Parts: sequence; C-alpha cells; structure tokens
Amino acid sequence: MHMADALLSPAVGGLMWAAAAGALALAARRLRDRADEAWVPLMGMLGAFVFTAQMINFSIPGTGSSGHLGGALLLAILLGPQAALVVIASVLAVQALFFADGGLLAFGANLFNLGVLSCWVAYPLVYRPLAGQSPGPLRRSLAAVAAAVAGLQLAALGVVLQTTASGISALPLQTFLLLMLPVHGAIGLVEGLATAALLGFLQRSRPELLAGTGLARPPAAPRARRAALATLAAAALLTGGVLSWLASARPDGLEWSVEQAAGTTELPVPAASLQARLAQWQQALAWLPSYDLPAATPGALQPPAVGAAAPTSWPEVKLATSLAGVVGGVATLLLVMVVGRALRRRRAAA
Amino acid sequence: MRRLAAALQDLRALDALAARPTPLARRDARAKLLVTLGFVATVLSFDRYRVAALLPLALFPIVLAAQAELPPRLLGRLLLLASPVALMLGVFNPLLDRTPLLVLAGQPISGGWVSFTSILLRFALTASAALLLLAGTGMPTLCAALARLGAPRVFTVQLLLLHRYLFVLAGEALRLLTARSLRAGAQQRLPLRQLGPLLGQLLLRAVDRAARVHQAMLARGFDGELRRCTPWQWQRADTLFVAGWGGWFVLARAIDLPQALGRLLMGAMA
Repeated sequence: MHMADALLSPAVGGLMWAAAAGALALAARRLRDRADEAWVPLMGMLGAFVFTAQMINFSIPGTGSSGHLGGALLLAILLGPQAALVVIASVLAVQALFFADGGLLAFGANLFNLGVLSCWVAYPLVYRPLAGQSPGPLRRSLAAVAAAVAGLQLAALGVVLQTTASGISALPLQTFLLLMLPVHGAIGLVEGLATAALLGFLQRSRPELLAGTGLARPPAAPRARRAALATLAAAALLTGGVLSWLASARPDGLEWSVEQAAGTTELPVPAASLQARLAQWQQALAWLPSYDLPAATPGALQPPAVGAAAPTSWPEVKLATSLAGVVGGVATLLLVMVVGRALRRRRAAA
Repeated sequence: MRRLAAALQDLRALDALAARPTPLARRDARAKLLVTLGFVATVLSFDRYRVAALLPLALFPIVLAAQAELPPRLLGRLLLLASPVALMLGVFNPLLDRTPLLVLAGQPISGGWVSFTSILLRFALTASAALLLLAGTGMPTLCAALARLGAPRVFTVQLLLLHRYLFVLAGEALRLLTARSLRAGAQQRLPLRQLGPLLGQLLLRAVDRAARVHQAMLARGFDGELRRCTPWQWQRADTLFVAGWGGWFVLARAIDLPQALGRLLMGAMA
C-alpha cells in the first residue's frame, strides 16, 4: 500500500507533497493553538504503539491469511483528526527512513493516501455520523468497519491514480483499479474488525479514552465572528458574481477626461515601444482579459483594442463576468491571507 | 512476533550505526537532507525507458555508504525487505508492454523489460538514499534539521518522541507476544478474538507510560519544545558537499554519460 519512489514521477510526487505538507501544516497549527504540552508524550507514545501494532499479525478466520491493524482510524478516534494526522505522518516518516517502506518523494503521496483520507475524510464523514455520540458496541464496530473500508478504498484509489498519472507503470487504469479495489476492500474489512476489537476492549476497560477529549471535536468559533465572516464571504460572492452585471458600460472618470481631450477613451500606443510590449505581455498572461473569457485564437499576442466600443445592453448578464468576479475575489482573499500570515510569522519571530 | 523482533533488531542496528563519528556524520544534516531530496528528484526525472543513463547516479549511494561505513549486507537486506511493492507493480510492465525497444546479442528486448529494469534501478537508488540519510545522520539530528528548514515543530517533536519510545513499546509488545506464545500451545497464530485484549493491554500501558513521561518532563522544565545542545555550524565542506553533488546530478541528468563514454571508447578504438 505504501507508494514507492520508483513508481512516481517528480510532478505527481511534488503535487502530493504540496497537498500533504499543507494538510500537515494546518493540522500542526490547530494543535499548536489548542493543545497543551500533555499531548506531546501521549502522541509520541501512541505513534510508537501504532508502529508496533502494525507489525503484529493476526489470523483471519476461514481464510488462512493474516492481517494487521492500520491505526489511522484508531488514532483519529482517540486523539482527533488533527493530532492523528501528525502521528501518522511521524509513523510514515520512520517507516520511510528506517525501512525504505515508502520513499522520500512518495512520503507526500503516502501521507495523503493513508493519513489525510482516513483522518480527514473517512473518520468525520463515515465514522462520526455512523457512531453518533455514545454508540453501543455493535454500532461502534459497524462504524469502525465502514470507516476502515472507506478509508482503504480511498487510499487504494489514490495509489492507482498517482501511479497511473506518473506513467512509470504500464498497468492501464481499469485493470489497476480492478486489482487494487477489491483487495483493499478486504484489507479494510480486516482492519475495521481489528479496530473494532480494540475499541471493544477499551470500552470495557477504559471507556473514558473513547469519550473524546477537547481535541477530538473542533472547538466552536465565536458565533459573532463566524456570522460576520460568512456574511462578508456571501457579500463578496454576490458582488462579484451578480452585481458585476450592473457595472456601468459608460467610460469612467479618467476615460471620460481622455475622451474629452483626445477624442478616444484610450490613447494609441506606439507599436515598437516598451509600453506596447508590456501591453502585449499583459494581454497574453491575463487569464480573463477585460473580465471576459480569452479570445477564440489563443496564443496570439495582440495589443488591447484602442477605443473599444461600449456594450449595447445593460445590465450585461454574462457568465464570463460572473466568473471573473468570483475568481478575482477568491484570488485576492488568498493573497491577503498569505501576506497576513507571513507578517504574523515575522512579528512572532522578531 | 518474528517480524517485530527482526524490525527491532534492524532499528537498533541503524541507530547504533548513526551514532558513530563517521565522515558522513560530520556533514551538516541540512546539507545531507537537501542533497538526498535533490538526488531522489533527479533519479525520478528520467524517462521510464532510461536505464544506462541512471547508472552514473549510483555513485552517490556508493560514496555515501563508504563515508557512513555502512555494512553492504545490512543495506542489501533492508532493500530486499522493502522491494515487494516495486516488484509487484513493476512486474506487470513486461507482460503488458511487449513492443520491442532494442536488440541485445541478437535478441529483441521489449520496452516492458527495459522499464521494469528501470523501476528496479530507481527503487535501489532512491531507497538506499533514504537509508543512508538516516544511517549517516541519526534521528535526533535529522529532526533538528527538519525543524531548522521549516517543518512544523509539532511534527519534529512527535518524530523525535516516536523514535525514542518505539524501542520501549516494541520491547513491551515482544514480551506480551512471548508470554502469549508460551501459553498458547498449538495455537501459535494470534486469532482475532485475542487481538483486542493483547493490543488493548499494550495501548493502556502506552497511555499510562505517556502520563508518567509527561510528569517526568514537567519535573525537568519541559515547555513543549525539545532543545538541542550542539549549535548549528555550516562549514565550507558542507557547501562543497551540496555544490559538488548538485553539480554531479545536473551533469548526469543533462548528458547521457555512459553513452558519451561508450562513443569515446569506440572512437578511440577505431
């Protein structure tokens, strides 16, 4: 199940590294904000437990084969999804470094497949809804099996897609899926049974471990702040996606002044000048030039049209305008968040 | 039980090797980490049908193994243990890709066999690089280097503690398994109904031990961060290490060195 470097291309490996590193950074940040130092040795010890437990095989009744505990789901139940992801990352790192089980470049893909998909998808979307608040033994077991199967199936799908996208293996996608999914469905069932058996023991001997700590459930953000953020986000989407249709088609103040002075809304640009060259580059690089979809002939380096005619209908209901508004809003938000975080980090380091 | 015992033995062996003052251990851990990642990226950047062009890159693990004074038998055994995944998926290539790609000693060789050989070679190079990185650095230094390069502190501390307590938990698990094995009679294989209590006991011992460790850490002034005594010192030799190996990777990627050498020799012989 661990991806090896040999079957991965740098592009796919790099992409999965970026995704996994982002998830790990987010999980670490949430832990830093909410966990106290008591969690540090507990996470370390449970990581050692999962690593050891993965080496203990048990016999599967009626088949003659054996299986072992995976651990990601168990960690998510005991510690919560954020701490579980950090612990799984450490287990995978030790496996990669000490046993070459999963490569260095493939670490990102492995963390995504075996950590993110189990802790952040299977646990909250399958286990928590099925198990509910205080499940009985049967309900908890069924939830564990269902979540383990879901997690392993997603992980197997991830391995197939990453290997196929890398182009090193000659296996066609359909054949690969047919080979991987049923096998890992069975492995998921086995892992689910092992997790259920362990949860059953803990329920009988130490039920407080399964009651969940503050970290297992994300704390509710202050209501007023959440409402304000949601309102602003909705307003931004409405403005960019709908109100942008109401933008005036007439020239703005600067264009009006230029038109009064020179007779056109935009001054002509000398063909061989630096300004013309920069304008060509801008036109070529712009994803949504003039808040519209790109021209039908891509690749043509054309200077912007001088004195372009104003549209005749108002409001101009156009999907391209809505798209430009929403994309621009999201891009601006992301840029502001990145700059804000960089400044905070700089202030914290000073 | 044998699998856990063997893994514990390998862990101890690699840890002991990493603790020795070898020429590789003297290099800055950040330099080794960056060069190793660059090496892996270079190996994987080759097309799937390239085999000979990968060979010059084998110089990196060979030199590092010599500098780390790593026994070749241990390296070979660990590579063999880790090879099944690459083998299991790579073995389909000769079956599915039968288009002849080259002729060797009068025999046509299909693209599938060439790409399978390339997969094995890639695996050997990248896996040995990872093992050598650890054998020549050690986990505590590697974690500190990761933290220095911007990895989240929560992750590096977690990695360090996992490494530290892995031996303790694995030893505890072996004792549990041995005790069970001595009482199991003919039923040596662990059934599912015994897995819950066995792993459960191990888990409860881990949780209780974590609480004792936390108390011990607090008594020693632990504040969530594990500090390093040895200061970081980037030396000129580290710059040469990075520049030298980086240059070699770029050269091996840009020029097919075995082919160029072959042409040179054939030209000299003609």
